[in-house]
Amino acid sequence: MVTDETPKSGFNKESLKKKFRFSEFISEKIITGVAFLSIAIILLIFIFVFKEALPIFHQAKPKPAKTEQVSDQPETYGAASEGSGTPEVYGTETDDQPEVYGGETPDRPEVYGADTGTSFTAEPEVYDSAMQARYGESTTEAIVGIGNLLGTEWQPVSDNPRYGLIPLLVGTLKITLIALLIAAPIAILAALFSAAFAPPWLRELIKPAVEILAGFPSVVIGFFALMVMATFFQDLFGYGARLNAFVGGVAMALAAIPIIFTVTEDVMTAVPGSYKEASLALGASRWQTAFFVTLPAATPGIFAAILLGIGRIFGETMIVLMATGNAVLISANPFESVRTFAATIGAEMAEVVFGDTHYSVLFLIGALLFIFTFTLNAIAEFYIKNKLIKRFQGKTT
Amino acid sequence: MKRMNHKIKGGILISLTAGSVILIIAIIVLILTVIVIQGKDRLTWEFLTSFPENGMTEGGIFPAIYGTALMVLIMTIAAVPFGTLTAIYMSEYASESSVISKSIRFAVRTLATVPSIIFGLFGLGFFIKFVGTGMDNFFLGGELKWAQPNILWASLTMALLTLPVVIVSVEEAIHTVPRELREASLALGATRWQTILKVVLPGSKSGILTGTILAISRGAGEVAPILFTGAAYYLATLPTSLSDQFMSLGYHVYIMATQSANVDETMPIQYATTLVLLLLTFALNLVAVVIRYRFRKNKK
Repeated sequence: MVTDETPKSGFNKESLKKKFRFSEFISEKIITGVAFLSIAIILLIFIFVFKEALPIFHQAKPKPAKTEQVSDQPETYGAASEGSGTPEVYGTETDDQPEVYGGETPDRPEVYGADTGTSFTAEPEVYDSAMQARYGESTTEAIVGIGNLLGTEWQPVSDNPRYGLIPLLVGTLKITLIALLIAAPIAILAALFSAAFAPPWLRELIKPAVEILAGFPSVVIGFFALMVMATFFQDLFGYGARLNAFVGGVAMALAAIPIIFTVTEDVMTAVPGSYKEASLALGASRWQTAFFVTLPAATPGIFAAILLGIGRIFGETMIVLMATGNAVLISANPFESVRTFAATIGAEMAEVVFGDTHYSVLFLIGALLFIFTFTLNAIAEFYIKNKLIKRFQGKTT
Repeated sequence: MKRMNHKIKGGILISLTAGSVILIIAIIVLILTVIVIQGKDRLTWEFLTSFPENGMTEGGIFPAIYGTALMVLIMTIAAVPFGTLTAIYMSEYASESSVISKSIRFAVRTLATVPSIIFGLFGLGFFIKFVGTGMDNFFLGGELKWAQPNILWASLTMALLTLPVVIVSVEEAIHTVPRELREASLALGATRWQTILKVVLPGSKSGILTGTILAISRGAGEVAPILFTGAAYYLATLPTSLSDQFMSLGYHVYIMATQSANVDETMPIQYATTLVLLLLTFALNLVAVVIRYRFRKNKK
């Protein structure tokens, strides 16, 4: 301890004080700032994905009056439409706009305004009846009503666009189920082999091999599914549609296996050795220990791994885009083509007009996907962190 | 008899687990073999260095390779410094149990699991529509230049996607720098910052390298984030400025396989392009795995 009482050493309180270094001060502040960047990015993703989806709900207020006006006297609509010259207001109209889809440049609302006038006066009945059918009952509904979003038809590019998300949801769930039924058993059993039976040298080989599979770009897996697997399964089962939910599901399983394997394997190796030793000491064989001690002890971790796998499958775009055929169908048949949420965004976003309703609905789908994967991951993390660690520590100490 | 049954049951269950491992490895080998066999004939030097011709039914993929390389370069410049600094903060400054550290960790993990298509949407909503429009209005008086898909926005979107990869790798490497080294440096009178610069960073060089390689491999292969932030179907010229669109290998594979006018005729080109992409990511991953493996071994 160097204090004022030992002056011989040449130190005093002043000289021992930490010198203020400006460059270090700045560097440390920069690092702190940068570290918050990831939090900021997450928040920004939240904000901006929702912000672009918001117009769907945002324009709810002026709608009722307009709707009634329209249903009474269709002529007034033309005026209302012309009045809304700005692209934002226009964007939220769900009217028929085949003309705009042809044009790619987002900055031609003026041209469109002129077009609508004519196209609407040409067929006011269609619009009128559609409006009544869709929004007639409720006066508080937004432009794309909840009823429309919950509908069973997805026809964004048509005279009377329908943004029913149900078929997309069914498609997503179907793919997820198929992929999970294939990926989960394979990945969990493989993890069990790696954790319980494989000698250390073999484990050192299995883990990087699975990492290699995780490193395959999803577009490569999609390409493989499209070119090789689709033909192979068609020859095998002899069904009609070459690209279907089953092919997509199998391909998606390839993407989900690495993540389920890795998490499960980590959890299984973390099962305390005393569990296994106790089991072996009681006379259980190795496989009994593996299946009846290690596997049950790791259950929360396996559950978390499956949740992470589901999150991966839900958000995967390229594989479904390439391998499922992308037809919007509701059916229980695994050999029919399906369309998922992610694939819809991937396929249609490039063709929509910025600020359009279709554009907003696609962002809404993105927001749903984001919330969903976010929740899944939060639950998975909770399971690993709380349940598992508590279970392992609580019982060993 | 019972003992026999027991053994048979065990044998079946163990072979089931072993079979799963074999199945996974077989799939990897199968994918690699099919793509190598189908693509290798077309894979020539000329294919790599020439432009697509005749509506992309002939010729090479040079612009796609160039575009991917350029995008990955910009992405690395953005992601690696930020990722490294975040990792340094988390391991050197923030205490493990503090709320800040926990929330940053949670954010990084969340970022790692956000679906890649969401990054694409974010790139469109934030970079192109918000930042791009803002830049156009501010600098160019409303002229349309930045508020449209280009290589800069695509690269930055990809940088966000690969940020967690870098952070995790670097942090892992920083943790392997022994505490004694840090304490020795501090005991000699070095400040915390000097210790980080002279002891911690050199000690985690391999982690930064691994992180960079993994990020490149990931960024080169991802397609969903660049679908509507900058990738182009076909360009006759190479991108020369940050506001140009670019061709990318992954996107090229996707459109050739799904939207090309003549899918069957261009099959060899598709396989060869996929092979190039696969070889690129595969080689990068392999290098990263080897570095990490050797690094871990040395530390033990």
